[in-house]
Amino acid sequence: MSTVIPRQTKELDRVVVRFAGDSGDGMQLTGSQFTTVSSLFGNDTATLPDFPAEIRAPAGTLAGVSAFQVHISDHDILTPGDAPNVLVAMNPAALRANIGIMAAGGTVIVNSDAFDERSLDKAGYEANPLGDGSLASFTVYEVPMTSLTMEVGKEVGVKPRDAERSKNFFALGLVSWLYSRPVEPTLDWIAKRFAGRDDVREVNARAFKAGYHFGETAELFDSNYQVRPAPAEPGTYTNVTGNTALAWGLIAAAQQAKLPLFLGSYPITPASDILHELSKHKNFGVRTLQAEDEIAGIGTAIGAAFGGSLAVTTTSGPGLDLKSEALGLAVNLELPLVVVDIQRGGPSTGLPTKTEQSDLLHAMYGRHGESPVPIVAARTPSDCFGAAVEAARIAVTYRTPVILLSDGYLANGSEPWHLPDLADLPAIDAAFATEPNHTDDEGNPVFWPYERDPETGARPWAVPGTPGLEHRIGGLEKAHGSGTVSYDTMNHERMTHERADKIAGIARGIAPVEVDDPGGVGGAPVLVLGWGSTYGAIAAGVRRVRARGLAVAHAHLVHLNPFPANLGDVLRAYPTVLVPETNLGQLARLVRAEYLVDARPVSKVQGLPFRAAEIEAAVLQALGTDTSVHGDEGDVAS
Amino acid sequence: MTDVAVPITTRKDWASDQEVRWCPGCGDYSILAAIQMLLPELGVRRENTVFVSGIGCAARFPYYMNTYGMHSIHGRAPAIATGLAVTRPDLDVWVVSGDGDALSIGGNHLIHALRRNVNIKILLFNNQIYGLTKGQYSPTSEQGKVTKSTPFGSLETPFNPISVALGAEATFVARTHDMDRKHMQEMFRRAHAHRGAAIVEIYQNCNVFNDGAFNAITGRDNRADMLIPLEHGQPIRFGADGQRGVAMPADGRLQLVDVAEVGEDAVLVHDEARDDPGLAFALSRLSRGPFEPTPIGVFRDVQRPEYGDGMARQLVDAQERKGPGDLASLLASGGTWTVG
Ligand code: SF4
Repeated sequence: MSTVIPRQTKELDRVVVRFAGDSGDGMQLTGSQFTTVSSLFGNDTATLPDFPAEIRAPAGTLAGVSAFQVHISDHDILTPGDAPNVLVAMNPAALRANIGIMAAGGTVIVNSDAFDERSLDKAGYEANPLGDGSLASFTVYEVPMTSLTMEVGKEVGVKPRDAERSKNFFALGLVSWLYSRPVEPTLDWIAKRFAGRDDVREVNARAFKAGYHFGETAELFDSNYQVRPAPAEPGTYTNVTGNTALAWGLIAAAQQAKLPLFLGSYPITPASDILHELSKHKNFGVRTLQAEDEIAGIGTAIGAAFGGSLAVTTTSGPGLDLKSEALGLAVNLELPLVVVDIQRGGPSTGLPTKTEQSDLLHAMYGRHGESPVPIVAARTPSDCFGAAVEAARIAVTYRTPVILLSDGYLANGSEPWHLPDLADLPAIDAAFATEPNHTDDEGNPVFWPYERDPETGARPWAVPGTPGLEHRIGGLEKAHGSGTVSYDTMNHERMTHERADKIAGIARGIAPVEVDDPGGVGGAPVLVLGWGSTYGAIAAGVRRVRARGLAVAHAHLVHLNPFPANLGDVLRAYPTVLVPETNLGQLARLVRAEYLVDARPVSKVQGLPFRAAEIEAAVLQALGTDTSVHGDEGDVAS
Repeated sequence: MTDVAVPITTRKDWASDQEVRWCPGCGDYSILAAIQMLLPELGVRRENTVFVSGIGCAARFPYYMNTYGMHSIHGRAPAIATGLAVTRPDLDVWVVSGDGDALSIGGNHLIHALRRNVNIKILLFNNQIYGLTKGQYSPTSEQGKVTKSTPFGSLETPFNPISVALGAEATFVARTHDMDRKHMQEMFRRAHAHRGAAIVEIYQNCNVFNDGAFNAITGRDNRADMLIPLEHGQPIRFGADGQRGVAMPADGRLQLVDVAEVGEDAVLVHDEARDDPGLAFALSRLSRGPFEPTPIGVFRDVQRPEYGDGMARQLVDAQERKGPGDLASLLASGGTWTVG
């Protein structure tokens, strides 16, 4: 299509756009396509999908608002942005639900057709905000998106009601013009995605173009913007969500271990997409079983692990509750198993679609008896790939269930991912037992299922089908070495220590925690210790503090159990340790108990990730500096 | 896993070195013996045989077998066995369970394993009581049962395991009892030969907490009159001289009849292969409990695609369609861009 030279194109270093509408308005699709185009264009991007738990809450209500926030930038960024600069509101409810988080002086683009009395009423507006001056501090553009899209529908000859559904593509076109996005990738994507549904494809494509042209030709906007590509390391990139990266990481781990991959899982938000993704890749030999319940999800995985698969079960908090007993069985069986917990707000059903990091103590302690389980946590969407490989490596190497923690924010959020060199993936050796490993009193070779590897403490993994290694395992305590049932109390104490020592010993095989402290370890007066999805916000917050000329250190844990061997020394090197978590201080509690350090929790439990400004404020307060943090300055470059 | 001839084994080869620890006189002993004596006849290998159990007296079974085995947690054995069977179609996977394990805490896993038709053989030791926890009523205990937890009698309607299995779309359903080794072995042999999920209910005497629960029908002197043997293609007759039988009059309700009275042609002919489970279900309801003439034998044996086979076929199909998985292309499948 022809490109009219816009009146003026201004340069921006970054922008945060939030698309908001009704659950049925396709905002997630719109936002993720805008992200993809921006990534392809070369921007750094970070996203925050934010949608309701109900599939279709009553249309037009605040409860039904679905939003997708994307941060695009010409430099390396770490978060989806604290406050949006641009809000696209498809109806009054979307405006009302999101206006409060907008950056001061931001831009609001509304679908003016949707601001009728009934819709205003449903959103709880007494007066039309477009006319009562309440939006005076924003630049507001009123665009009749519905009627303009219906015009497009007429050209193609589809019913107005069907055409109306394409208005999100009009919005996408308009915002694409506003930020000088290339149009071809989106048109190609529309053609592919709606292939076989000619009418829909045609209306969507035309609505997209109409939105783009509207921006160009309507005298509404006096300029548009350009966000240049971000310098990035040379290499091949893709855009990936946490759940997709995690699923791919499991496939990669199975290949590294030369094991078939098995997933037993029960659908649960926000983990189901891993089940969906793995179910697509049967040509990798991946078996997925949608189990009758959460318990059967882990049960089938335990059975598959016994049979020699890399076995996985995926869930979220309520499902982890249900899996606890079987997880304890896996601890006793000492079989490799990866349990993925995509955390969400709890307790109970809690906030199914909102993020939280509140299952750490559950992962750590949520079983009866002395029942240690290694814990690995992913820090960014793309890092879910490596975290999955690491969880599988530990599970297979040490013959143990491993809990892999991600959360709703990482699961649905996306970012550009510099594709790894597959040759760099760690080796994983399943090392099945093939021969007897012990001699009985009469000198006959026998197989002892609990004869441990002296280095790792791992027991042999002998899979059914191996002649001569027939053995029985189970939930009852086993005699050390021979693995027969044992009620001997001294043996129980010995086995309890053997299991604990094995897990503690994993620390010998993991990298020390890295400290980002320009002054060297112990150089700064404050250390910010994080784990999981707080990575982006902490790193961005720390950059902001440093941009003020102040010193602060950041360390981020991948391994939560056992901790890296140097963690105690690192913590003791700092007079002040802050631990930001989206829970009430769970890691803080663990490190206080483990190292007797005065780690201070920084808590947030609003179903949303930390904002960089919140981390900045917490650090400034700890430093005893002026705590006034100015609005949203975005991620400053490092 | 190999093509070499299956070694000849005897009962001793299949017994582990663990001391069997059921109460003296428990029916479990005869079931264990029946299995250990049958397996050498089936031409199977010890290393390819796995027993998976849950919790309860019966669940100790795997420890006594010199095969692969797992004594898991309460009620979950069908789920664990499912994971094993679908990933390892080369194995014979047996589940050993009890009435509490299979029908109370593990009811959900049982019905779904049956419905999916996973290739597992479920031996349900039904003694109508909780033994390991010392004598509470179970989901198969008769109404009014006085136990430690029901001092004034149980209020609950019991499950009929055969009816439950048929309702759960099971493809192989049979009943036997612990007093007849030959009959048990015949049922186990048939279950083993069936491709798919098979469930065999075994009336098992718990001589400590529910002694004689099945005496009225399985006692040596009672069997002829109280057990109704089901044989495929044969008229359903019982009694010492086959003088009694099962008939289905015009109203569709099964009846016990004197053959002499109704005539041989009026006796119902058993058809275990009938796709419609209605008749098998009616037979399962013939007796209200082990105090009335009760059918034993194979109620239903039909063919339906086995779940693990279907899963394996989808993998093969996918590989034929897309070629074997290539990780690098997978990682690039969402579209890529190159910098520098
Ligand atoms: S309690 Fe009953 S079922 Fe259990 S071992 Fe003793 S006799 Fe057998």
